Amino acid sequence: MNNEQIKIAIADLLPSAIIEESSEWLTIHIEPVDWLPLAEKLRNTAELYFDYLFCLTCVDWKSHLTMVYHLTSTVHRHTLVVKSKLDRDDARIETVTMIWRTAEFHEREVYELFGVNFLHHPDLRLLILPDGWEGKYPLRKDFEDPVNIIKL
Amino acid sequence: MYRETEIIKEPSGNDPVDSGDMIINIGPQHPATHGVLHLVITLNGETIKKVEPHLGYIHRSIEKMCESLSYRQFIYITSRMDYLSSHINNHGCALCVEKALQLEVPPRAQVVRVLMDELTRIASHTLWWGAMAMDVGALTPFFLAFREREMINDIMEETCGARLTMNYTVPGGVMVDLHHEFQRKVKDFIAHFKSKIDEYDELVTDNVIFKNRTVNVGVISKEDAISYGVTGPSARASGVSCDIRKLYPYAVYDKLQFEEIIETAGDSFARYVVRMKEMRQSLSIVEQLIDNIPEGDFQAKTKAVLKLPKGEFYTRVETARGEFGVYIVSEGGTTPYRIKFRSPGFSNLSALDHIARGSKIGDLVAIMGTLDFVIPDIDR
Amino acid sequence: MGFEYISNAIHHWLYETFNPSMALFMEFLLVAISIITLFSLLGLVLILMERKVSAWMQVRLGPNRVGPKGIFQTAADTLKLVVKEGMTPDGADRFLFNLAPFIVMITAMMLMAPLMFARGLQIWDINIGVLFFSAISSISVIGILMAGWASNNKYSLLGAMRSGAQIVSYELSAGLSVLTVIVLTGSLRISDIIESQNDGWWIFKGHIPVIIAFVTFIIAVTAETNRAPFDMAEAESELTAGFHTEYSGMKFALFFLAEYINIFIVCAVGATLFLGGWMPLHIGHWQDFNHIMDFIPSSIWFFGKTFLLIFVIMWFRWTFPRLRIDQLLNLEWKYLLPISMANLLLVTIVAITKWHF
Repeated sequence: MNNEQIKIAIADLLPSAIIEESSEWLTIHIEPVDWLPLAEKLRNTAELYFDYLFCLTCVDWKSHLTMVYHLTSTVHRHTLVVKSKLDRDDARIETVTMIWRTAEFHEREVYELFGVNFLHHPDLRLLILPDGWEGKYPLRKDFEDPVNIIKL
Repeated sequence: MYRETEIIKEPSGNDPVDSGDMIINIGPQHPATHGVLHLVITLNGETIKKVEPHLGYIHRSIEKMCESLSYRQFIYITSRMDYLSSHINNHGCALCVEKALQLEVPPRAQVVRVLMDELTRIASHTLWWGAMAMDVGALTPFFLAFREREMINDIMEETCGARLTMNYTVPGGVMVDLHHEFQRKVKDFIAHFKSKIDEYDELVTDNVIFKNRTVNVGVISKEDAISYGVTGPSARASGVSCDIRKLYPYAVYDKLQFEEIIETAGDSFARYVVRMKEMRQSLSIVEQLIDNIPEGDFQAKTKAVLKLPKGEFYTRVETARGEFGVYIVSEGGTTPYRIKFRSPGFSNLSALDHIARGSKIGDLVAIMGTLDFVIPDIDR
Repeated sequence: MGFEYISNAIHHWLYETFNPSMALFMEFLLVAISIITLFSLLGLVLILMERKVSAWMQVRLGPNRVGPKGIFQTAADTLKLVVKEGMTPDGADRFLFNLAPFIVMITAMMLMAPLMFARGLQIWDINIGVLFFSAISSISVIGILMAGWASNNKYSLLGAMRSGAQIVSYELSAGLSVLTVIVLTGSLRISDIIESQNDGWWIFKGHIPVIIAFVTFIIAVTAETNRAPFDMAEAESELTAGFHTEYSGMKFALFFLAEYINIFIVCAVGATLFLGGWMPLHIGHWQDFNHIMDFIPSSIWFFGKTFLLIFVIMWFRWTFPRLRIDQLLNLEWKYLLPISMANLLLVTIVAITKWHF
């Protein structure tokens, strides 16, 4: 399916999604509460069938956090980027581990580095950081560590 | 269609543990885990009930560091991530920067980059073969594999000055031109390696004991492979067609003749066979290119300090382990605002628990050997 | 000047010089000292041989610094092990922990008794020679299980149990393949077996059944001595070092040495039964050929054959991957044992109908 058809399909599924086409792939912006139902439909609708989540990350814009999901379909070979703005002080979004199993580890990593709480995640703990780093979110822009970070 | 796999309902601290279960640790220092990987395994007799990886022993906060490095500097850190495919990682980063700047890379540089990529792929698969055979108990192939790797390392050393972390790619091309002995040495290597691959097959692939250790061990189905995000040879062994060089060609891959190796069995033996055949394909790519290196510039003219336009850019390349993605978010400055490296080992490792459940502990080593982890790639 | 002449001369001199019981005691002492010397010499040679053979197969040189061509390497290693601290783990059963290496070593030494190293050079020509081997080698299982249990360590216990299961299973196949030659010879005594090979070694005379028995024997003894490809119990990449994980210093040196001596002994038994022991290569009644062969001393024949078999066993280790423990036991109970039993039947028929050379 090309971008036009995907735009129409998304508009049907979630009318409140904002669609933009400035980067190389079609990007949609959604509210965090709409993510799980949309994800299920993206995965299970036969024409869309986005079955491969290849990049799950978070970007810290100093006023808010943005979750970024890159999805593609191994059958139709089309790609979609889903973004969702989260509140910095109370960042929470539904987990998609039940839909794409790769999200389990990626969401744990975003949780420990950015502090996003993934609701109903089966095992939300620190993954790469050692014990004792709960509560400090190193990849946030306001993370201070006078011992280890040297600012030139 | 999508098979419902069993999901742990509670955090692992509250998992009900039977009285017959034993929890043992493998690693972080252990001859069989390739790097510092700590696995906590729950065993019932010899059968594995759960595998839980504990990561982070070699976490160097690369993504945070890159936020303070310039666009020319951050490429060299990626050599240290998956150090066995260092050229390919560098290539991916350079492609992303070039895509953002809309920079045209001269043909000579593209061909040289692909040559180096494929030689790196052969070196990585050779080391994988030696380490895998050593894990299942045959200790000699390790030494034979390193003998071949030495030839490639010598070529790399003469070309870029380093044997492991070759910082050879820059945005716009390669750092220096090829030296005059390059073609002859690569041709010698091709001739030598062709006979050696057949010897490898005879020694390990056709061995009955080896087949007993790997056939029907660690099976992953096609849907599970896609769902867990497994890429590279591990996914191609389950029937997933995911070779980035074929799907989204970059550099000169669309002009080359090579096959994408796909097996359908999904077990350890299939993963092994895919990598052995990939070595042959890489060798044929090197053969196609070594006589046809175009003349010209080896580096496009760029400014000394690169400034990417505002926006976000994603590039993907096929490393020896799978799909390596570079996601740059730029705010228009000289340093990136956020870089995310989508490393192949991270997703491959998330499938380990699913694959290893129900097999014996002797099989775990065979499974990890064929999934081919490089831990610095996972921990970043 | 055969060995019988020397041993008779010493015997007479001792009985003339001392009173009978003192002379007997001196004989015991002499034999014990020569066995211990042989034990250590063999250990030295075999460990170095293993390292040099593995290096040759792996395209490298092996030890070549200590002494010319590295011949003193094992002595240096043993010295290092002797000065290491021998630690007993916390909570280990002290008595059993300390006893285990000695049991394994004593078993290995006892098995030297019936071996014929050359024409006339044997410590004890017992009338149940071959049965003695099978019986005493079973005792080493106790030592291994003791080591695993007394270490108070999960890995050691797992390794010891695997080892124990493996050794006990493969003893059956080894015993049955040995029986094949006994059926053809008609006697258990080692000297009789070797004398019966005067007109050719059993591997040539008793054609098909003995060749099958030989192959089964080699596989079974590789498994009995916990050598690769059957070394799951002490595989370095699986469970550290299996039953001897917790041993360090001199006790570990004893286990290590005993393993190599066991390899020597089983290869010596194989050489004796199948390849003729100290008997030179004779072909039927070709007098001239046999006469030429007799010029080579019998001890060279014996050690040559034994070291050839040891080389083959070392070759296995560096070529094949490891079998998983359940595949290993599968191999024994479902394949080797039925083949050995059928082979025994076959060889009985061959012996009765005299269809051998």
